[in-house]
Amino acid sequence: MAMADQPAGKSFRLSMLLYDTRYRSITIQVIMMLAFIASLVWLLDNMYTNLAKADKDPDFAFLSSSAGYDINQRLIEYSSQSTHARAWLVGLLNTLLVAFLGCILATVLGVSIGVMRLSKNWIVSRLMTVYVEAFRNVPVLLWIVFAMAIFIEEFPQPREFRGEDAAAAMYFWDSLALTNRGWYIPRPVFNDGSMVVVATFILAFIGTIFFGKWAKVRQETTGVILPTGWIKLAIVAVPTLVVFAFFSFTNGSREYSVVTTALAEGAELSTIDKPKVCVVSDTAQSVVLQELLRATGNKVKVAEFDTEAEARTAYQSGECNTIGVAMADLGSVEGVAATTYTHGNAILLEQPYLDGFNFKGGVHLRNSLIALWLALSLYTAAFIAEAVRAGIMAINKGQSEAAAALGLRQKRVMNLVVLPQALRVIIPPLISQYLNITKNSSLALAVGYMDVTGTLGGITLNQTGRALECILLLMITYLAISLTISTVMNLYNNSVKLKER
Amino acid sequence: MSSEPYVRTEMLSEQPAPLGQTGILRWMRENLFSTIPNAIISTLAFLFVVLILSKLLPWVLQPSWNSESISMCNDDPNITGACWGVIRTRFNQLMFGFYPSELQWRPIVTFIMMLVAIAPVLFDKLPRKMLAFSAIYPFLAVWLLWGGSIWGPIMAFAGFPIGFFANKYLKDVTGELAAMIIAVLATIIWWLYGASLVSGALASVIPLGITAVKSSDFGGLMLSITIGVSGIALSLPIGVVLALGRQSDMFIIKILSVGFIEFIRGVPLITLLFVASVLLNFFLPPGTNFDLILRVIIMVTIFASAYMAEVIRGGLAGLPTGQYEAADALGLDYWQSMRLIIMPQALKISIPGIVGTFIGLFKDTTLVSLIGLLDPVGLIVTIQGTIEWNGIVWELYMFIALMFWVFTFSMSRYSMYLENKLKTTH
Repeated sequence: MAMADQPAGKSFRLSMLLYDTRYRSITIQVIMMLAFIASLVWLLDNMYTNLAKADKDPDFAFLSSSAGYDINQRLIEYSSQSTHARAWLVGLLNTLLVAFLGCILATVLGVSIGVMRLSKNWIVSRLMTVYVEAFRNVPVLLWIVFAMAIFIEEFPQPREFRGEDAAAAMYFWDSLALTNRGWYIPRPVFNDGSMVVVATFILAFIGTIFFGKWAKVRQETTGVILPTGWIKLAIVAVPTLVVFAFFSFTNGSREYSVVTTALAEGAELSTIDKPKVCVVSDTAQSVVLQELLRATGNKVKVAEFDTEAEARTAYQSGECNTIGVAMADLGSVEGVAATTYTHGNAILLEQPYLDGFNFKGGVHLRNSLIALWLALSLYTAAFIAEAVRAGIMAINKGQSEAAAALGLRQKRVMNLVVLPQALRVIIPPLISQYLNITKNSSLALAVGYMDVTGTLGGITLNQTGRALECILLLMITYLAISLTISTVMNLYNNSVKLKER
Repeated sequence: MSSEPYVRTEMLSEQPAPLGQTGILRWMRENLFSTIPNAIISTLAFLFVVLILSKLLPWVLQPSWNSESISMCNDDPNITGACWGVIRTRFNQLMFGFYPSELQWRPIVTFIMMLVAIAPVLFDKLPRKMLAFSAIYPFLAVWLLWGGSIWGPIMAFAGFPIGFFANKYLKDVTGELAAMIIAVLATIIWWLYGASLVSGALASVIPLGITAVKSSDFGGLMLSITIGVSGIALSLPIGVVLALGRQSDMFIIKILSVGFIEFIRGVPLITLLFVASVLLNFFLPPGTNFDLILRVIIMVTIFASAYMAEVIRGGLAGLPTGQYEAADALGLDYWQSMRLIIMPQALKISIPGIVGTFIGLFKDTTLVSLIGLLDPVGLIVTIQGTIEWNGIVWELYMFIALMFWVFTFSMSRYSMYLENKLKTTH
């Protein structure tokens, strides 16, 4: 083109930088680069001048100093003596926690709602339309504070659970308490052999993957379709349950006795005066013993120790008046053996219980976490539902008709023909919705959930006054999360998308 | 005569279709009770709707419109649910924040003028001359909302004619590219230094203006609309430039555009608002201090322009390559082909996406409540903190949700209308 009538390098003039198409793009790029660098220098120069005026040079040393504030919601060890960097990590994990939970719930809800919106049932599809339009047209921040308000205003106070005719009651056989301070759910406690159960479960789960592959190969070679869903369920459930039952049986065959110094020989356990029990923390024995004593209607005090020996020493020194002892060991401890008990299940659940004016035991899910989680999920589910609907509708009707003409049943048409194709359309918007959940989780600030915006961008920023450093780190954190999610999801997208040659 | 034994001479009158095959019965059978599981689901869904409405309606329908405080509602035996008096007494605040009540006609006029200014952009049947009003509207709106001397906005607007004429007259002297660069520089210098000098001088000679309103008095829905609309309007040109930059063959320009877009899209808006509230002044020359709303608008614009760039890039990618090649074949240079051939088409197909971005941005303006601005969500706490309305909860949430819902729902319907319209033309 231009090359032909412009002999190169003949006589280079400066104006050719502007008017010669060979050089112009380089000129423009150099100018842009210079302009970019100049504005960057200008901004940084301003920044340094301003910081120097405020006597604050950029400095990240504050990260290693003690944070001095508490974080009530944490996944790892943290105390007010921990460093700001640790607080940042706690916040980051909280962000990931709520984002992860949100993605799962939003996907489940969104897919079901999107499918139901296409239902032939008029009232169902209308209800789902109302849901989608209501949720996606109202700001997510409003949903979050609204959800928080519902939890605070509408759920009963813990003390309403007290007494004979309590105003509020727990759900599911006293295992779930919904209060205005949050939800209390049972906590799994691992007994002897529980690790084997967990290992069996994981191995069996891996086994199902290999089985799935084998079944697919078999189907392709012989044409026989196995009921893979049921078989996979059996592969996971049967060994796990057998191992669970085995350990529960062996555990259950060992008997223990409640030994106490606060009871006369032969008296009922319920007459025990102010029971205080020495237990090893986080063990099955601790859970069962406490439940046993609490069932008598007494208020139980608990002293927790790391090892059995420590607990026994404390009991002998009189720190507590009750302890659980194996039957074989009974003679070695002084006191009255009151009742025998066993703790069978390989994994048992510690139920939350009312203690004074609050619940104890179990896992405490705070209002802020649940409100944020539910609001984000419900809001994003509306968008995912739209993506799913669009994806299914994007599949040509001829596809399902052709599948039906081949003699496939309705369910198979959906599973084998429509959904695999729709998935390709659905996944890209799904990725961006996952990213949105992660970014919107920063609205935790509004309900006091301590995510990374709350710790690093909130209290740490306010305490240290290092706005520049904190916000920079905060942005980098989010950027890293976003890039990771989009990379992983794009890898998945590449694996399912239509392979074209 | 006839060999047939029997011929019907008169036609039977038409019979109505069986009862189950017509009207509502048939509709119900097909859409609600086609199978037994379907019938069960329909019944359950119906009961669910009845349950919700039976709880909600009695709560909503309360004769509490005239109550002056929450204690009046609590004392009145006729009122057992919502206390709507809060909406009546605080309506002005929810709309305008603490904007002086005698000046509230100004935001209203601005809003109506905004509809007029947007109309020719949204509906292509309207006369094109209305676009002239759309061009001066932003300056008019700023003047009406913030008040003060009229010379500031006029001089700011004057930057455009200055740039235009500089370009026009220099073109013959220095050549096109140089003329364009000089024109842009002249405009920027005018805005940075000239405009304030001249408008200051003019204001002292001819003091023409209206009462100034402080930014801190802005609030309510007015604030949301101000931030949302200015954010989207300012982000549109930046988004176009970024989208073109991302598609460019020039490596450095592409890298800069991609870096900017991905950075902004990777961080939450709240971090950018933090930047606006505590950090932006650090990056400006010492002593610069402009108000929070303006800083928020700047950051919101930056945020929206990254999303806008992606929307417009989608539009650019949606154009067949033939359009680019045809423009090249006509001998148009890059800017001409973009301006005359590519952009009009690309923008047209990206209008639904632009409206979608706007809806998202409008909802996201509620985030400014987290940095202390009094948008409707921020006002909830303010109103709950007053003596009269201490303890009011649901009425405010419902009203604000409804307010946003009306806006965003109508916008999304408009975008659907556009999508349908565009579908038929292609």
